Amino acid sequence: MIELISDARCVQCNLCVSVCPTNVFDTVDNDVPVIARQNDCQTCFMCELYCPADAMYVAPHPDRLSGLSEAELEQAELLGGYREKVGWGPGRTSISSHAFLAQLAKRSVP
Amino acid sequence: MSSRMQGSTLQLEADVLVIGGGPAGAWAALTAAAKGSNVVLADKGFCGSSGATAPSGTGVWYVEPEARQRQEAKMSRYLMGGRLAENEWMDRVLEQTYENMNRLGGWGYSFPVDPDGGIFRRGLQGPEYMRLMRKLVKRAGVKILDHSPALELLADEHGVGGAAGVSTQGGDPWRVTAGAVVIATGGCAFLSKALGCNVLTGDGYLMAAEAGAEMSGMEFSNAYAISPTFSSVTKTAYYRYASFYYEDGTVVEGAGSTKGRSVIAKKLLENRQVYARLDQAPADLQPLLRVGQTNFFLPFDRMGIDPFKDMFPVTLRLEGTVRGTGGIHIVDETCATKVPGLYAAGDAATRELICGGFTGGGSHNAAWAMSSGSFAGEGAAYYAKSLGRHAAKREVHGLSSAPIVSSGTYGSLQEKPPIAAEEYIRAVQEEVMPYDRNLFRTDEGLRDSLQRLDGVWKSIRQEPIHLDYQAVKKREAAAMAATARWMYRSAQARTETRGMHKRVDYPELDETQHYRLITSGLDEISVRAQRVSGEAVSL
Repeated sequence: MIELISDARCVQCNLCVSVCPTNVFDTVDNDVPVIARQNDCQTCFMCELYCPADAMYVAPHPDRLSGLSEAELEQAELLGGYREKVGWGPGRTSISSHAFLAQLAKRSVP
Repeated sequence: MSSRMQGSTLQLEADVLVIGGGPAGAWAALTAAAKGSNVVLADKGFCGSSGATAPSGTGVWYVEPEARQRQEAKMSRYLMGGRLAENEWMDRVLEQTYENMNRLGGWGYSFPVDPDGGIFRRGLQGPEYMRLMRKLVKRAGVKILDHSPALELLADEHGVGGAAGVSTQGGDPWRVTAGAVVIATGGCAFLSKALGCNVLTGDGYLMAAEAGAEMSGMEFSNAYAISPTFSSVTKTAYYRYASFYYEDGTVVEGAGSTKGRSVIAKKLLENRQVYARLDQAPADLQPLLRVGQTNFFLPFDRMGIDPFKDMFPVTLRLEGTVRGTGGIHIVDETCATKVPGLYAAGDAATRELICGGFTGGGSHNAAWAMSSGSFAGEGAAYYAKSLGRHAAKREVHGLSSAPIVSSGTYGSLQEKPPIAAEEYIRAVQEEVMPYDRNLFRTDEGLRDSLQRLDGVWKSIRQEPIHLDYQAVKKREAAAMAATARWMYRSAQARTETRGMHKRVDYPELDETQHYRLITSGLDEISVRAQRVSGEAVSL
């Protein structure tokens, strides 16, 4: 469940407001968007993936928050962690062309 | 395409309107546009991130056009599906999927190179795939309406001619008149929070049924995915590497990710928590698995759990008809419904034609989405063209079974405050989520649930729907109630166990019931049997 939009990191591009499939966020004029309908969050991590500023954290539990503070999340390198794994962002290569995908398919029985 | 604002209503005219912007809708829009149609695509969320495909990786039923390989592919799940798939449809989908996947490469999807130096096209990464599909759809000149759920279809005496809905960002109503409509709204997972599935509430089934379309195979609607109790991630495939345990570390006999899922369900019903550990995955496979499904590991990493070494509690999350195979009944090769001007694609349409009553992994589902989307997009484009230039200027009216009223008229029509949509949703979930109702079905249980579901439906359909944010939830509740009723009515009629449909009181497959069940109607539901057409697959 979406837990945090970091005021310090957010660049107010409002991409999260656009890409959220369940319309959890609201824009705010000249400010950071707000988590307006937290209970509608389906924990799909798409906002985190699209956030260009690594400013968001989605707690893994679909119904519960982690209770971690922004400082703790930052320290644990959890902000932007998913985006890095998928290979999105400047200077990264998307995992869609990762050689492991073909090797994995060879080894697993469908 | 012309557009104008009438009052605060966005009015658009198009040749083809596509409802839903997942893979099926995107392929439908792309194909219709390529045939020269003006296309509008309305998505409930955001075309590119919405739906079950976007968040994760999926296999794709991509098979080289070589007779032996194709034959093996067709046979692989034919028996599991209860021999309800059709040879000709499997051939068509294999062919179309092969073509579409090759095109995707040319359009910029970056496939991996396999160890032999070839291109590996048997999988897609959802975020990348759907981001590209959005780009392609836009480039084709399709007008995308994001955050714009459709609330009802529009029709005249000749057939379906558009849809109306509301923008959830801004609240303005929209209305698109069109020569043909493609429903690509996905299946129904009953807001179970299975990964990416909460936008999939059966909306398209309801709208299609209100126009007179039928459903097929709705008894194949009890798919449950294994997921950690603390997570929305429902990628069951990796549990083939799991062992299942009780809390004290003793093995749960017979539990497994495929055939042993019922064992897990039975233990959970007895209130015994089941734990999993992916201890069957060899060490050198683990990094490969981590790349194959990045978000499978995300919750574990965030919880500080190593799923290869640590036991973690699991549950079964309902995926309904998203992984189930039931959906809107298709009457010909263009994915037309029986209603003129109305087409269906992807999970919204029945997937029985290629899967029968069972789907294992996502590869058939991904193939069906892109193929049926292509078929429906082309069919809708030709149909719209056949109507002539003024098709979108017809006088059409809304078809919602509960009247949709514009802003401000609500209070005067209602004496008592309406029941919140959430209450209806909870009432439906209580009938479809429990394993002892939906996974393990009995005549008594189905009858019992249907009695309550009929009550929910009666109540919902009498309440006028106020055109605001709540309207969307109300229509979702109505769609879920309707879906649950079709599911259980057909489940009642199929007095055998076939595909994923399990009747505790009829545990065997009955050869005499080798047919499809077609459901129709809203207030009164009827079920009829239809012969499976085409030659059988030779085994």
